[in-house]
Formats: sequence, structure tokens, C-alpha cells
Amino acid sequence: MLQLTRAGFLALLWLFVVAALRVVRSDLSAASGLRANLPLPRLRAGRMERKRAARQLVVTAGALAGTRISLDGRPILMGRADDSTLVLDDDYASTRHARLGFSGGDWFLEDLGSTNGTYLDRARVTAPTRVPLGTPIRIGKTVIELRS
Amino acid sequence: MLTFAAVVVTTALVLVEVNQEQEVSRTLLYYGAAYLGLFATGHIAVRMLAPYADPLILPCVALLNGLGLVLIHRLDLAGAAEATAVGEPIPEGLVPRQIAWTTVALLLFIGLLVLVRDHRMLARYGYTCGLVGLGLLALPGLLPSAISEVNGAKIWLKFGLFSIQPAEFSKILLMIFFAAFLVTKRDLFTTAGRTVLGMELPRARDLAPLLVAWGLSLGVLVLEKDLGTSLLFFGIVLVLVYIATQRVAWLVIGMSFFVGGAVLAYQLFGHLQSRVTAWLDPFSDYDGAGYQIAQSLFGFGTGGLFGTGLGAGRPDLIPEVETDFITAVIGEELGFVGFAAVLFTYLLLVMRGMRSALAVRDTFGKLLAAGLAFTVGLQVFIVVGGVTKLIPLTGLTAPFLSYGGSSLLANYILVALLLRISDASRQPAPTTTGRPQAPLAEAHTEMVRRE
Repeated sequence: MLQLTRAGFLALLWLFVVAALRVVRSDLSAASGLRANLPLPRLRAGRMERKRAARQLVVTAGALAGTRISLDGRPILMGRADDSTLVLDDDYASTRHARLGFSGGDWFLEDLGSTNGTYLDRARVTAPTRVPLGTPIRIGKTVIELRS
Repeated sequence: MLTFAAVVVTTALVLVEVNQEQEVSRTLLYYGAAYLGLFATGHIAVRMLAPYADPLILPCVALLNGLGLVLIHRLDLAGAAEATAVGEPIPEGLVPRQIAWTTVALLLFIGLLVLVRDHRMLARYGYTCGLVGLGLLALPGLLPSAISEVNGAKIWLKFGLFSIQPAEFSKILLMIFFAAFLVTKRDLFTTAGRTVLGMELPRARDLAPLLVAWGLSLGVLVLEKDLGTSLLFFGIVLVLVYIATQRVAWLVIGMSFFVGGAVLAYQLFGHLQSRVTAWLDPFSDYDGAGYQIAQSLFGFGTGGLFGTGLGAGRPDLIPEVETDFITAVIGEELGFVGFAAVLFTYLLLVMRGMRSALAVRDTFGKLLAAGLAFTVGLQVFIVVGGVTKLIPLTGLTAPFLSYGGSSLLANYILVALLLRISDASRQPAPTTTGRPQAPLAEAHTEMVRRE
């Protein structure tokens, strides 16, 4: 009798732990599931309304991946300098690497004489170039793009 | 989950009664129901006041607290049996008091949830909290020992009927202070000095706060003869600084301070030396200093893998078993398997706390939640480490399990704050862009433009 209750209670105790872990797990999958769903409506919106203004700058790869900056028309400075808008902690980035400026309803990317270059999609940026929504901008290992 | 916890606790209670050959009566069910009612109230309060709060924290706490109550009840029975055997009057049980404390603690818990609607408001009282906390911490050390000394440790305030350990509360107050302080001063701490061995050393003058904390914890050690509290304080400060700055150098510096302080204290104070001797070889002085820890080890040995069964061991042989050594009871009667389950529950508690810290959006909340969660973890480590002879015995209480009003009250305050922060962290962000934002923990950092 004692043996039975002993084992039973231990089992009960562990059942509690397991139940708690299940809650943790369902929590995790719920969170990641929501994240997986999110990009879809965003992409569609971007494609349907081509002329929609970019509202956000999103870092999609590199050490700062996941960072967002709200765009409000003021220029965005990117580089390793502390006073940049987006401070890149990237070995391949220059102190003042590139600049995103807003002009006439569009954003323009301009390389500020960087050592390793700034790439829009696959092409190296030599003169200020218009940046369409969702096109990757590559600086060293960091990839950013504009989103509405 | 809460119901599950209640079922576990009630079963434990019934088993204790059976194994102690008491009459199994309907009153037991009432106890279980009362317990369930108590925590259901707490649960409803949390749902109403902090609807997004973590769903696991309260059940874990409820389970630990309930197990603690059952174990204390079990020790009461043992004490009563012993008293009848010797022919002395049966001593007053500790359980009614502990239940009263639990009720008070839960009321305080709900009160705090009502009062603190947003954890960020605590940051405004940072310095006040720091001052009060410091005062509470120092008070017992400065008062005459008639009021403050119990078993050689001057950490109490005795008020006739009951006594409290102010340090338990001051640890939370000081944590609020440090979190608020570090938020405003964090830039200072990240200012790099020279680089040594691949680590960026902080500048010498930035070490001052850490030095103050170090001095304070040594002061506690000297004045109040309490190893556990001073260890806990230093650990909290160190971890908060580390979390705020993400510099490994702080940990290395802190650890070297700790080692230096420990060696110094060992050379200077007799009570520390006796603790260390009892730790290194409890059996050399079995009847004296080593008795407590030796009995605890015997308990663990008897428990083995699966334990002797609730109520079937002899944990009452350990002195002070209902406070410092309550984990030894678990080790003996539930064995390694049960002990692991309890530790796992603690782990879950800490993990959920840390998760809230990761997910919450403001720095103050992050620091505070991480600090609170870490405190629980560190305290469990110190207690369990002491009981199992991994580290020298320090005499802290196991959160929620141990008998003791102040510990219980303080830990419920801690959980209330943690729930408040986790509520804030899991709350869907107010949609500013009109677009659904990434939820919960996945919310991305929003860069703030530097002017």
C-alpha cells in the first residue's frame, strides 16, 4: 500500500511538471505560428499598391536582424559611427557607409564612399538610386529593406 | 493547472495522514477545498487585474506553497508524536500560523496587483525604495541583539507575537532601486576602458557601485552574521549589472571580489570557519556543528531514488527542519525523483520569469523581472546547495516551501511584481501603425532615433 501511494504521488508530481511543460510548448508554438502568418498580408499589400510610401526600414539579415526604424522623411544614415541612425556593428561596414534620403515621394540610396560598397539587389550603388519597396539593400553582412 | 496543483497537494496531505496513522477524515477534504479556494481567489484576482499574465507562475507557486504546508503539517505531527512519547504537552503546531501567513501573503499579493497597475511606476520610487531597503537591511544589525538575534543570526525584528526578517523585503526594494538606477546610468557602465584578455574592462571609477554592494554585503555578514543574505545581495547586484551592460568583465570582476571577500571573511570570523568546517567534513564533529548537515545527508541517503513515502521518514531528526532544511524532507520522503520534480517546478518558475524579462518592452521591467527571477533561482541554489553539502550551509529559506512569514510575504510580493511585468510583456502592443504587430516575445526592437 505504501509502495503504491509512494509511486503514485511521485507520478502525480511529475504529471504536474509535464502538464506545465505542455503549456510552455503550446505557448511557444502559438507565438511562432503567429509570426509565420504575418509576412503574407504584408507582401500582398506591397505588390498591389506599388506607389504606397515606405513607412518602415527593416533589417532582414545580419547582427541587427529584426530591427525596425520608422521612416518619417528624414534621411537615414547607416554606418559604424555612433551617430548613425542605424549603427552597423559589421566588420565590412565603413564608419559612414550609406545614406537613405527621401525626395519626391521616393527613397534614394546613396553610397558615402564606403570601402566595401553598397548593393541594391545585386547591383553596386555608385550614384543615388531609387529604392523600390521590398528590394534588399546589402551592406557588408547586413541586409535591409523598405516596407510600407 | 491550478486545480492540478490542488489535487497534488490534497493527495500529499492524505498520504501524510495515512502514513502517520492518523484518522482519515472528511476534514482533510475541507483543507484541500480551503486551499483550492484560497488560490482560486488569487487566480481570479490575477485574471482580472493582470489578464495577460503568465499562466504558469501562479500554479507553480501554489504547488510549492501547498507542498510546503503539507510538509510543515507532517513535521507538526512528528513533533506531537515525540512530545507524547516523552510525556510533554503537545507543542503548538506551526501549520495554523503558516496558513495564516499564506492568507495574509495572498491578500498582499492581490493588493499589490491592484496598487501597481504598471510596473514602470515603481521606477519613479527607485531611490525611496533603495533607502527604505537599505534601512531595513541595516536595522537588525544595529539594534540590540535582544530584539534581533535568533540562533546567532541578527536578522530579525521581534514584535511580541511574531517576528519578521526585514532583509527578505529589503531584497525586493533594493532590486527595484538597482533596476531603476541602472536604467538611468547604464551608459556609464558600458563606457569601455582598456581591453585585457579580450574583455573590455570597465573604468575604475565605474566600479564604485559594485564596490558599495560588496561592502554592504560584507557589512551584513559582519553585523548580522548571516551568510545567505549577504551572498544573495551580492549575487543580485552582480547579475543586474551584468544584464544591464552585457559585459562579461563585470562577472569576472565580481567573482574575484567575491572570492577575495570570502577569503577575507573566512580569516576574520569564527562563525564562518565553523560553517566551512561543518561543510567540508560534517562527520568529524557529528554531535556538534556537523549534526544538522549530517542528519540531512542521512535523510537524503534514506530517501534514495524514490524516497520513503510521504510521512514515512524521520525528517524530524534534523534541527530547524521546517525552515532551512525543508528540502531535506523532500529528499528523504520523495526521494531523488520527487526532489527533481520540485526543483523542476522552481526551474519553470524562474524560466517563466526570465521569459517575461526577455519579452517585456521597457528596460526597467526587463532588469527587474530578470532580477526577481534570478533571485528565486539563486536562493533555491543556495538552500539546496547548503542542504546537500555542495556549498557551505548558509541558512536561507527555500522560497514558498519553508516555514516563515517574512519569507512567504516577500516571495508573494516578488511573484506579484513578476506577474505584473509578465502581464505587460504579453499584452498585445497598442497598434500604432494600424497593422498587427509581431506578437508576444517576437515583438521586434524599435530603434529610437538619436538626435
